[in-house]
Amino acid sequence: MRIAVASGKGGTGKTTVAVSLAVELASRGERSSYIDFDVEAPNGHIFLSPRIEKSFAVDVPVPAVDAETCTACGRCSDACEFNALACVGGRVMLFPEMCHGCGACALACPENAVTEARRRVGTIEAGHSGPVAFAEGRLKLGEAMATPLIRELHRHVPYDGVALMDCPPGTSCPVVETMRGADRGILVTEPTPFGLSDLKLAVETARRLDLPVGVVINRSGIGNSDVSDYCRREGLAVYAAIPDDRSVAEAYSRGDLPSFVLPEYGRIIGKLADAVVRPAAEVTSS
Amino acid sequence: VRELVVVSGKGGTGKTSVAASFAVLAERAVIADCDVDAADLHLVLDPSIQQTETFSGGKKARVDPGRCSGCGRCEEVCRFSAISIRGASAGRSRTREVDEQRCEGCGACRLVCPSGAIELRSVINGEWFVSDSRAGTFVHARLGIAEDNSGKLVTLVRNEARRMAAASGAEIVLIDGSPGIGCPVIASITGADLALIVTEPTRSGMHDLKRIAEVAARLGTPTMVCLNKWDLNPDVAAEMEEWCKGNGTPVAGRVPYDRSVTDAQMAALAVVEHSSGPAAVAVRALWSSVSDALGSARAWDAPRSVGTSEEVGPA
Repeated sequence: MRIAVASGKGGTGKTTVAVSLAVELASRGERSSYIDFDVEAPNGHIFLSPRIEKSFAVDVPVPAVDAETCTACGRCSDACEFNALACVGGRVMLFPEMCHGCGACALACPENAVTEARRRVGTIEAGHSGPVAFAEGRLKLGEAMATPLIRELHRHVPYDGVALMDCPPGTSCPVVETMRGADRGILVTEPTPFGLSDLKLAVETARRLDLPVGVVINRSGIGNSDVSDYCRREGLAVYAAIPDDRSVAEAYSRGDLPSFVLPEYGRIIGKLADAVVRPAAEVTSS
Repeated sequence: VRELVVVSGKGGTGKTSVAASFAVLAERAVIADCDVDAADLHLVLDPSIQQTETFSGGKKARVDPGRCSGCGRCEEVCRFSAISIRGASAGRSRTREVDEQRCEGCGACRLVCPSGAIELRSVINGEWFVSDSRAGTFVHARLGIAEDNSGKLVTLVRNEARRMAAASGAEIVLIDGSPGIGCPVIASITGADLALIVTEPTRSGMHDLKRIAEVAARLGTPTMVCLNKWDLNPDVAAEMEEWCKGNGTPVAGRVPYDRSVTDAQMAALAVVEHSSGPAAVAVRALWSSVSDALGSARAWDAPRSVGTSEEVGPA
């Protein structure tokens, strides 16, 4: 089973929940894995200190124009919907960061002067942290597009056991690309106006993808009841409410899991594990 | 017109809370929310929308089933698995259809279709707004759910804010950015006069600070750092300051952990409007050092890209 841990808003505790769940399940003897899909800011490794066993470079195709055969007819740049090619002064210029790797330019070239080279966009590392299988994607600095890396990372999610997929914040393409591979989702939020506003967007995104989701309210007690009222109105299961506690934030700051310092946190994660690792039919999808 | 963008790398470090206070403190500023896929600044600024425009950033392919011969060339060339046989098991008719969520609008399918059955149509990806607010003119946007092209919408919002600033004689464009280091972030910091990185003294914050700082350095955008909730872990905070020093990145301010920041958000106010507690005092001091630097931005060299290592790894 693949569980996407998402939130809309950043910094609500996605990574802590995802890592804690993976560790909790492993301690029960279940096969579990933690996969960091937040490739722009991957932080799960800080808490798991995994032993890396495999490392993969992730490349995307980019056009390579053969100057000998190119007649500068401009068909390639006309065909490119992303302005990654420009035909100026009798030659073709490439703007690789705009390229989606679609191959339209090569299809459009009447001289077969466009072939494809590879361009590095990031890396994937995989290994273990104790019994927990680990993988993360890491976007190369300066790269704009996370989705090709995320698409590739899906191939590194173990097929057996429970996979916790740590999503990027927001609701745009990287989140959609991550959620698409999940069987269900946990949306981690906090009971504040920003938390609620971004939770609503995350819920809508999940619904668009027919992904059944439930909610974890983190830092419970800091705001008001608007988030729980919203969940009730929308028929969303609230899997857990984690009380606000400075010692949790302090553990996090050191790169420690809160359950090591706060037994209460461990008990809540235990209940959360019970709640989410059930047959899909039992989960409220609405 | 000077452009200041507030970013963070890691999400949830307090970007929008800082930006809201800056919006209130800045005189003659146009404010832009460039966190277009999870915008929150409007929840504090309570804008009154004056103008609403639709945003069309991309295209989607569409197959005319009447003209499709079912040859499947389009499906072969599509690299995004966006084209499949119409209907689950379509019997003898093997006409194709497009999954709009997967389609990136590249048009490769249209290029190869021998029947001229495929067209690319512009689609609406979101909306953007020009509003009045108590902090001044506010340009903001809403990317449609599960839509792409956030970078283009960021650029549009930024350009519009700059245009309005020039027209109204405003001196500052204040931009609330998005988390991460990808396309919306690159679109919001490229060419800005100063990027303030709001971070927190955690291992994750440190890791992500290095990544965003390096991206800004490669883009040639000068950066300053704000250590938010710095007293959560004074040891990591000290390490971060040391790193900033070594990197040539000025620390513009330290904001202590203070419940009044959340209380202000609950009251839909900036913390400097809501409280005169320790966080509010620190944010005022932060603004004064950031606005001074903004006046003379480019007076110091942006930290140069570390360059050699592709990756900025764990702390």
